[in-house]
Amino acid sequence: MSFPWAQQYEPKAPFMRYLDEKLPLPRFVYNAVGAGYAVPRNLNYFWNFGVLAGAALMIQIVTGIVLAMHYRSDGGIAFASVEHIMRDVNGGWFLRYAHANGASMFFIVTYFHIFRGLFYSSYKPPREVVWLLGLVIFLLMMATAFMGYVLPWGQMSFWGAQVITGLFSAIPLVGDSLHTLLLGGFAPDNAALNRFFSLHYLLPFVILGVIILHVWALHIPGSSNPTGVDVKGPQDTVPFHPYYTAKDGFGLGIFLIVFALLTFFAPNALGHADNYIQANPMSTPAHIVPEWYFWPFYAILRAFTVDFILPAKLWGVLAMFGSILLLFFLPWLDTSPVRSGHYRPLFRKFFWFGLIPCVLILGYCGGSPAEEPYVMISQLATAYYFAHFLIILPIISMVERPLPLPNSITESVLAKYAAHAAPAE
Amino acid sequence: MVRPLGILAGIGFVAVVLWSLMWGVVAYVTEPHVPSVEKAYHLHPKEVAFSFEGPTGKYDRGQLQRGFQVYKEVCAACHSLKFVAFRDLEQIGFSKPEVKAIAKNWPTETPSINPATGEATTRKSLPSDYFPAPYPNDVAARAANNNAVPPDQSLLAKAREEGPHYIYSLLTGYQTQPADLLKKYPEAKTPEGLHYNPYFPNLNLAMAPPLAADQVTYADGTKATLDQEAKDVVAFLTWAAEPKLEVRHTVGWAALIYLLIFTGLAFAAYKTIWADKKKA
Repeated sequence: MSFPWAQQYEPKAPFMRYLDEKLPLPRFVYNAVGAGYAVPRNLNYFWNFGVLAGAALMIQIVTGIVLAMHYRSDGGIAFASVEHIMRDVNGGWFLRYAHANGASMFFIVTYFHIFRGLFYSSYKPPREVVWLLGLVIFLLMMATAFMGYVLPWGQMSFWGAQVITGLFSAIPLVGDSLHTLLLGGFAPDNAALNRFFSLHYLLPFVILGVIILHVWALHIPGSSNPTGVDVKGPQDTVPFHPYYTAKDGFGLGIFLIVFALLTFFAPNALGHADNYIQANPMSTPAHIVPEWYFWPFYAILRAFTVDFILPAKLWGVLAMFGSILLLFFLPWLDTSPVRSGHYRPLFRKFFWFGLIPCVLILGYCGGSPAEEPYVMISQLATAYYFAHFLIILPIISMVERPLPLPNSITESVLAKYAAHAAPAE
Repeated sequence: MVRPLGILAGIGFVAVVLWSLMWGVVAYVTEPHVPSVEKAYHLHPKEVAFSFEGPTGKYDRGQLQRGFQVYKEVCAACHSLKFVAFRDLEQIGFSKPEVKAIAKNWPTETPSINPATGEATTRKSLPSDYFPAPYPNDVAARAANNNAVPPDQSLLAKAREEGPHYIYSLLTGYQTQPADLLKKYPEAKTPEGLHYNPYFPNLNLAMAPPLAADQVTYADGTKATLDQEAKDVVAFLTWAAEPKLEVRHTVGWAALIYLLIFTGLAFAAYKTIWADKKKA
């Protein structure tokens, strides 16, 4: 760990001393999530979501591995094998509902995590690589979730796969060949289903690997904090364990309560009814919509309705991928030296009144049918989305006059508690 | 370097999407807005309460058995129930011998192979068999039903938005086509062989009104009104689609109570551990 005052691992039992010499795994864990990791003392609840996302991934991996023992990735029986899980496998209904809603929970906490990163500018130096790796994880999550949704081989699985893989055919010249190559055929069928299943099993472990890199890169500079002020001394930090393990334990409890409410009492609320109809290439659903966590991107895809030099479809595909890819350039687009949104009056206005409503509106429009007025609204919101990150943010970071920062983390914490304590005295 | 390029790319995307918006607005303003007949006359499912709804919902065994009777005597003539087995009926209160008798006397037999000749044949169903489909395949189903395949009913209650309410509304919602609909949309007259029902997405469906008052005679003395039959069969179909609903609710409450205690303790631990750090 980078701070010289961080606690040192001192094995006491003879076996632990022996192990520390041969394979210092306990030392590694101690420095990663134990008392050896010094963390700013002023983190708020938004700093809980990284750990929660990790917990969500573990839940997905465990439920997913057991589900894979009962699932068949054959177009003829995939749908029936899911019903077999729901009806005949012991606790199968729980595994499947937990896995389906677990994906939603994973995205909910990840979106909060990204929100935290955007508001507190966690992407700024010295944590650019943490941010970039996080975006890689996000892309992998999206690919994994998309392929997982295809596996039950319901109507929305099939037509979702048809639409999303069809995006590749928008690429000039090689598009159609690439599309056929990806699917292993001209339309989603057994070949596609089998490779999706294979990749759906592989990618979570790739995500796990990138998470290790993400956390490793985080541990070099240490965690950021709500003031955005750098850690200056031992009084600014607390050891991760027990302080943040305790706080994360509480956060995990809240997470699991929400998860249980969804899984046990509204297991199909976030799904789509059409996916309980077996895939039928001869019958197109009235409205093809992806899962809710893709809605903002789906709205951007559908916002481009008119050809302009390039075909409209290609613009939509470029914009949809561009809307995520531009986040990779964020550390260099937003060059304001102040990290926390609390001390950036102009940034904060555009963030709360521009970006957040814009993303929520895009989400709402993405889940609605592709008709007016939803298309016009999503066109406006799409325009704002790109303008916010690519035009407004660079300009703000040049013209904004930030508020005075506290001298240190400890000073801001003490001022806060003094202010709370004063009225009572 | 990133910023100038970013601003250029930003202007590009914004310009193109606003170009799309402009044409959208032009079309919106210049083209007449005539709502489609489906938009104008399609109705949202009726409000109706069922015992299985809500976080403490449970099935009513008597209702499930009545609903099964409606399925057996009415729906099963056209609709399959392929993910449900006869043995599953034990879950709704039928005894083993009763299930055996139901399977044996089921009007459609289970496909089989003649052990002597190897030819395709059928045999009496066993409790371990799944409900046999009324038609051998979709082509036969289509031929017998005015070119529409009656959907399998084992997941129907989950395969429609607000499934139970939708099915109830559909069963009780047949009516003659409103006169003002025909006046405004003369081309939307219900075609020969179809039936007008405002709860069906495109308003006209191939299924003739399947239920009427006293269509079945309930053994438990319940009066067989159309409303009662519809509610009963909806309960049965919901059970068919979600047989584990009751255990899910029970486990859910246990999990929730456990998690509330866990979270309370975790919060207390968090406050205790931080007590010395949260002082001015």
